This record gives sequence, C-alpha cells and structure tokens, in this order.
Amino acid sequence: MSEITANRTLDCSGMNCPLPILKTKKEIDQMQSGEVLKMISTDSGSANDMTSWSNRTGHKIVGSSVDGGSYTFYIQKS
Amino acid sequence: MADTKKLAIIASKGTLDWAYPPFILASAAAAMDMDAMVFFTFYGLPLLKKDLDLKVTPVGNPAMPMKMPFGSKDFQNINWSIPNLISGNVPGFDSMATMLMKETFKKKGVATIEELREMCIESGVRFVACQMTMEVFGFEKKDFIDGVEYAGAAMYLEHAAEADISLFI
Repeated sequence: MSEITANRTLDCSGMNCPLPILKTKKEIDQMQSGEVLKMISTDSGSANDMTSWSNRTGHKIVGSSVDGGSYTFYIQKS
Repeated sequence: MADTKKLAIIASKGTLDWAYPPFILASAAAAMDMDAMVFFTFYGLPLLKKDLDLKVTPVGNPAMPMKMPFGSKDFQNINWSIPNLISGNVPGFDSMATMLMKETFKKKGVATIEELREMCIESGVRFVACQMTMEVFGFEKKDFIDGVEYAGAAMYLEHAAEADISLFI
C-alpha cells in the first residue's frame, strides 16, 4: 500500500454511517480527476459501504487496508 | 453508472428514532449521485421545522432498548426493561429517554438530525411538504426551513413513477 501516494487525506475516525460516505463524497467533489483520496474510517460497515459507493459513483478504490478497527481506503477520482 | 438513479421517500413519522432513516437514505443517495426526493406528510412534517424538538418514547415499543450512555461497558450493556405503566405515567419519562438516545448517538459518532438534514440540502435532495396535512395540522411555512417545496400527492407520484427506489417510512 505504501506505493500509493494520496493527494488528500480525510480522517473519518469515530464517525458512524452515513457520515464517512457523505464526507468522502464532499472531499472527492473538490478534487481533480485522477487524484487520490486517502480515507480513514473506524466504522466497520464502511468496508462494504465504500465498495458499494465506489461501484455506484465510478470513483475507484485503488487500495485498502485494515489495521485493528481502522480501515484505510485509497480512492481515485474518476 | 451513466444513468442517474432516482430515490423517492415518503417520511410519515416524526419521532427522533424514525427521523433518521429518511435523512440517512436521502443523503447517502445524493452522495451516490442519485436524485433524491423526500415527501413529508402527516407526522413527518415536523421534521421540516426550523427548530426541531424531536422526541422518542419507549411506550408501546417493546423492541426499543433502554440503555445508559455512561458508566462501565457492562453497565452500558444493561437493557433496562421499564414497564409501560411507569414509562407512560412518570412525567418527563419521554424527555429522559430522548436525552439518553441523543447522548448514545453522539457517543457512537452518529450525526444529529439537524446535521443530516443540512447535508441533504447541501447535496441537492428535494424536500416536499404535503400541503394538505399542513393545513389540517395548522403548520405554517414560516416555521419551516427554506428551500422546501409545497405540493400534494401528484408531485410525489410524478417523481416516484420515474424512481428506481421508493420507500414509505
């Protein structure tokens, strides 16, 4: 995962559904196509939720990792 | 992905607990690039008030957990089974239950209804108030937030007829 460089980082730790999705969308809207957002979440539902959000919006999850209760996603804006 | 999906929700309940699903789903839908409309009718109308005063009651709701948002983990996990005789008769019981639910939501990182509603508006969710119920219950437009559309069944149905998802909450 270390080779992915993020243009921006969004920390959604402590937030619950649907906040991580809403904040991610807001952040992505301010970014340029091709840029990568690193999003950190502690909501265990966000692993599946982020995948569904990505499937629907077309912004691609180019990498993800889990560390204890913390989930990290790298999302590339379409 | 190119085709825009549509969501149509009827919000008919105005208690603190049931205020969540319409705003959560509508804001999430907007975040997923869907066109979302929420039609507020009957007891859902107070959700559009500028000043929200939403409450929750355990009376007649045996599935509602009564838990404390403070103390040790074991203490917090205790489900206080309160008979309706008490919850329905003790003055201020609903206020206490409301306070406990709000505190629990806050601790769990759940957004407030005000926050979710604001995010819906920011992301372009359409709010429609049922004009007929407004008149029946004596609600006034000046008490509602800005940006609300006022209409009836036909406007909702026009949107819902084209919707991919329609929900009655």
